[in-house]
Amino acid sequence: MLAGLLIVFPLIAALLVFMAKGKGARNLALGFSILQFALSLVALFQFKHNPTSHHLLLNCTWVKSLGINFAVGLDGFAMLLVLLTTFLVPLIIVTSFKNTYEKENIFYGLILLMQMALVGVFMANDGFLFYVFWELALIPIYFICLMWGGENRGKITFKFFVYTLLGSLFMLVGLVYLYNNSMSLAGTKSWAIQDLINSGRSLGEGQQSIIFWLIFIAFAIKMPIFPFHTWQPDTYVTAPTQGTMLLSGIMAKMGTFGVMKWLLPIVPMGIEKWGGFAIGLSIVGVIYGSCIAIVQKDYKRLIAYSSFAHVGLIGAGILTATAQGLQGAMLQMVAHGINAVGLFLIADILLRHTGTRDIDKLGGIRSMNGNFAVLFLIVMLGAVALPLTSGFPGEFLLINGVFQFSATAAAFAGLSVILGAVYMLRSYQSIMLGDRKDSNITFGSLDGSDKAVLIIICAAIIAFGVYPKALTDITEPAVKALMQNLK
Amino acid sequence: MINGISINYYILLSAILFIIGSIGVMARRNSIIIFMCIELMLNAVNLLLVAFSTLHNDAKGQVFVFFIMAVAAAEVAVGLAILSMIYRNVKSIDTHLLSNLKN
Amino acid sequence: MIKLVGLVPLFPLIGFLINGFFGKKLRKGLSGGIACLAILASFILSVGIFMEARHLPSHSQIVNLFSWISAGTLDIPFEFVVDPLSTWFLLIITGIGFLIHVYSTSYMHNDEGFSRFFTYLNLFVFFMLLLVLGNNFLIMFVGWEGVGLCSYLLIGFWFKNTDYNNAARKAFIMNRIGDLGFLLGILLIFVTFGSTSFDQVFSKAGTAEHGTITAIALLLFIGAMGKSAQIPLYTWLPDAMAGPTPVSALIHAATMVTAGVYMVTRANVFYSISETASAVVAVVGVATALFAATIGLFQNDIKKILAYSTVSQLGLMFLGLGVGAYSSSVFHVTTHAFFKALLFLGAGSVIHAMGGEQDVRKMGGLKKALPITFMTMLLGTIAISGVPGFSGFFSKDEILAHTYEHSPTLWFFGMLTSMLTAFYMFRLMFLTFWGSFRGTKEQHHHLHESPKAMTFPLIVLAVLSVIGGVIGLPHFWGQHNFIGEHLEPLILRKNPSTLPHDTEWMLMGIASLAALAVIYVAYIIYRQRNIIPLNENDKMPALQKVIYNKYYVDEIYDAIIRKPVDAISTVFYKFVDKQIIDGIVEGVGTTVKGIGSVVRLVQQGDISFYIITMMLGVIGILLFTFLI
Repeated sequence: MLAGLLIVFPLIAALLVFMAKGKGARNLALGFSILQFALSLVALFQFKHNPTSHHLLLNCTWVKSLGINFAVGLDGFAMLLVLLTTFLVPLIIVTSFKNTYEKENIFYGLILLMQMALVGVFMANDGFLFYVFWELALIPIYFICLMWGGENRGKITFKFFVYTLLGSLFMLVGLVYLYNNSMSLAGTKSWAIQDLINSGRSLGEGQQSIIFWLIFIAFAIKMPIFPFHTWQPDTYVTAPTQGTMLLSGIMAKMGTFGVMKWLLPIVPMGIEKWGGFAIGLSIVGVIYGSCIAIVQKDYKRLIAYSSFAHVGLIGAGILTATAQGLQGAMLQMVAHGINAVGLFLIADILLRHTGTRDIDKLGGIRSMNGNFAVLFLIVMLGAVALPLTSGFPGEFLLINGVFQFSATAAAFAGLSVILGAVYMLRSYQSIMLGDRKDSNITFGSLDGSDKAVLIIICAAIIAFGVYPKALTDITEPAVKALMQNLK
Repeated sequence: MINGISINYYILLSAILFIIGSIGVMARRNSIIIFMCIELMLNAVNLLLVAFSTLHNDAKGQVFVFFIMAVAAAEVAVGLAILSMIYRNVKSIDTHLLSNLKN
Repeated sequence: MIKLVGLVPLFPLIGFLINGFFGKKLRKGLSGGIACLAILASFILSVGIFMEARHLPSHSQIVNLFSWISAGTLDIPFEFVVDPLSTWFLLIITGIGFLIHVYSTSYMHNDEGFSRFFTYLNLFVFFMLLLVLGNNFLIMFVGWEGVGLCSYLLIGFWFKNTDYNNAARKAFIMNRIGDLGFLLGILLIFVTFGSTSFDQVFSKAGTAEHGTITAIALLLFIGAMGKSAQIPLYTWLPDAMAGPTPVSALIHAATMVTAGVYMVTRANVFYSISETASAVVAVVGVATALFAATIGLFQNDIKKILAYSTVSQLGLMFLGLGVGAYSSSVFHVTTHAFFKALLFLGAGSVIHAMGGEQDVRKMGGLKKALPITFMTMLLGTIAISGVPGFSGFFSKDEILAHTYEHSPTLWFFGMLTSMLTAFYMFRLMFLTFWGSFRGTKEQHHHLHESPKAMTFPLIVLAVLSVIGGVIGLPHFWGQHNFIGEHLEPLILRKNPSTLPHDTEWMLMGIASLAALAVIYVAYIIYRQRNIIPLNENDKMPALQKVIYNKYYVDEIYDAIIRKPVDAISTVFYKFVDKQIIDGIVEGVGTTVKGIGSVVRLVQQGDISFYIITMMLGVIGILLFTFLI
């Protein structure tokens, strides 16, 4: 019941916001998203007390002749990511308050629609439904980027759309194959995840490898993993800030989450055969992305590449299929989601206040606004995974997982620790410290909405760094179950 | 047979009508003429249907013809409306000029 | 009281929070007062804990706070350990920390970032305490990185100066390189022993493979290289002098940089098992000691001289660790903390009086104007130079005696280092305090002794520098070596001296004579002949020029690491990413588009053409079906 509400509520909210007129839309959207957050907190409460409660599951028939069910549910993974989504969406909406967009009602409606699709992706227990939500999530973000994006948005958004859609189609082929195989295996038509798992496991190594690649490519493009990333920096830069936040803060997690729930258990032999290769790709991406971030001049593009590097490490951690890697991945998804929103907000603030994001032109902002400098510093420290910030536990566990797979790989993955410090500190120094490079650039005090969001983000960064157990407690049973399932 | 006329003549007539119709559609550029040619082809088919219906003593074919006539009437209504709209916009009903979709 | 150990880092944390949130609104006196009080409270508590812990039946006690990170079999509790080593460091950190806080209230008084300074300083003490109190490697790592952060913030304290910022960033990144080694070491420990808690790991150390232990020890040592500024990761420390002088005293002399020594001592089990790792530690230590000492000979910035001296002394400590003299190294950490903090604070007092001037060539004859600073610094210099009877003499001698036992060659280099130390330290003293004043008139007019808040810590530290040796009197004198006995329970391989007493006497004699002789040489050169060091542009002998320019190590690093990384990154971005990878992606699109543009020629938009093709198609199909 509750599970269904979590999906239906943002849908209704989105429709209402579409119909709203003028400035009312943003407040309405904010109100709905906060309600949705409250709703997910209720779900969390329920989850903590009775994880097997029927409120957290919903299963009704959708297309009977094809065995498609509307089956959604909250396990540990879904719970955490739904919380992340519902926590970030209100923040993202608030960050837009200082920007003015045309057709606000459509903008905010699309954000809420996006939220509905994202929540659906995380909660789906039916392969077909998963695919539907997966594709559904692409539509609002496509329009957000296309209608409110920056320079050259047509070409870039189109590339992003076609690229991810292409990946998804591979996944569809893989899922249909599994479905057909399941039909010939059990004689009943079903897209239920457990049936797909059984179906996948009945296959031989060769077939599992093919399925692995078909499905993995979809996830690899979404995350993205090297070398499927070239849509990402351009899209992140061109998209409006809120779109970028949705993309990197939550949507990238669809890929990592997908690997965890829809790939690891289904093709264990495929993972065994190709997982190492995929981990290699991820780690190449980690170093490659970090290196490229070093030479970026546009701060938003720099964060985009850094985001690419971070997500690569998450992917590597998951593919090791160790408890540490999985747990670390969950922690890091949350940490990176929060952090990415913070960093992109900072990029947006810089642009709004000074008219540029060029690192070489900015400078000396710290002497103009000390509070902003402190908040920026904390977010940056979270990004370089300093202990006692939220970035550290996740990164430590991820590298730990990779280390169990291969010490050399861990050493290379660990290079991100150094390279991350290089580009983050360099850019921070260039933007905030030193003397003003351009006397035209001024930086007044922060707007209330920006300040509020940054403070919430900084508080979360420190809180989850000091006590990550609050998060790991939610996912612990799911990780255990998954590990059991993998054996 | 029907008044001693062999079915073959019906088929022949129908084929001739159909060929005239299709050649007209292929060769002419005036939309109205193309329309008329389409009607001609439909009627060729109708003729064939009626002829065979009588031959086999089965009313189904004639029912079909009524359907076709109804559809044809509707089609003409819609088609002519479209044509007159096109004419109002481009002052022409030459099909060769109407290739905007090409690019 | 041991149960209250959590409060020891909590006080500085509270101080940090108060100053961090309300610092700007507080009066300076109050802001500084809170910061000092926080450290004082920690110090008093530390003394209590130290006293109580000495009488514990089991030598260590663990205080668990909460479970921090857990995943699968990995469980890392946030817990503290109270044992002889951690309590010893608690005393050093909070004791010296308190003195330096007091000093800073006056030194930083006119700085606009006064409360910010104390915010950072309190945070630093908090992290430093975490570092030594943690009961597992990961908590140690938290402190380890935390102090690195504070060091970054404090080196770049005057953030408007680009050079200072560069120095700060360099320190952070070099430390991070070391930290990666440390982190990998921790992971290897976890994978090998299934835990990172000290008690569990060390008790199982004997069961692991020898090669693994060596790998762990070396990885941990990479961390120590970064934090304690050993070759090849030492170049950040001299640059770190960009920070305010009290910071140099606290972080870059007395506490943070000795974290590496603490870590190796803590993990002495590994180093005792692995001869290879120990040998590496010893060789890197002695090489750093000698190398830095030679650079120190030609430096002219008063703080840089002290910085290279610190690097060199740290090298000596690692030499001690490498030859298994763990307690001697901790002893040297302690005495070094006294006299080097003293020297830095004294230098701060001089800089304060000189209105910010740091070049010894522009000083001279300050003895009369700054009597207390002069006296205390002189005592510190005597202590570091190894003049018999002073604290440095005992600790250095202990390390060198153990080294001699291990390898006379290493001893020789160690001895050489300590001679160089005596030389450049007295060079600094003669140039600064004797002779005639070489600065501007304005500066001369401005010269004054520092206020009490600054001289008080100097006096306390001077007393400690003089008498500090009593905690580690030599065994062969028939005395109690307090620190040796204190740390004994934690050291796996006991290392009692097997040298005959007359050899020990002889080594001590050589060391004393050498120190005195070198001081005399320095006296002749810089006092009697009044030689003033050359300026940058003066012609100097090639070797001197190389050393003066610090062997061009910074330039070499720049050329072989920084520039290639930037170049590769640019190639990645401009060529690999934009051209190759994106080229392939775009290529797929272009191909599809190309095929489309060929195929679309068929679609002319001409209805009659479509119908003709359709007809032909129908006819074709009909023919095909009927004829075949």
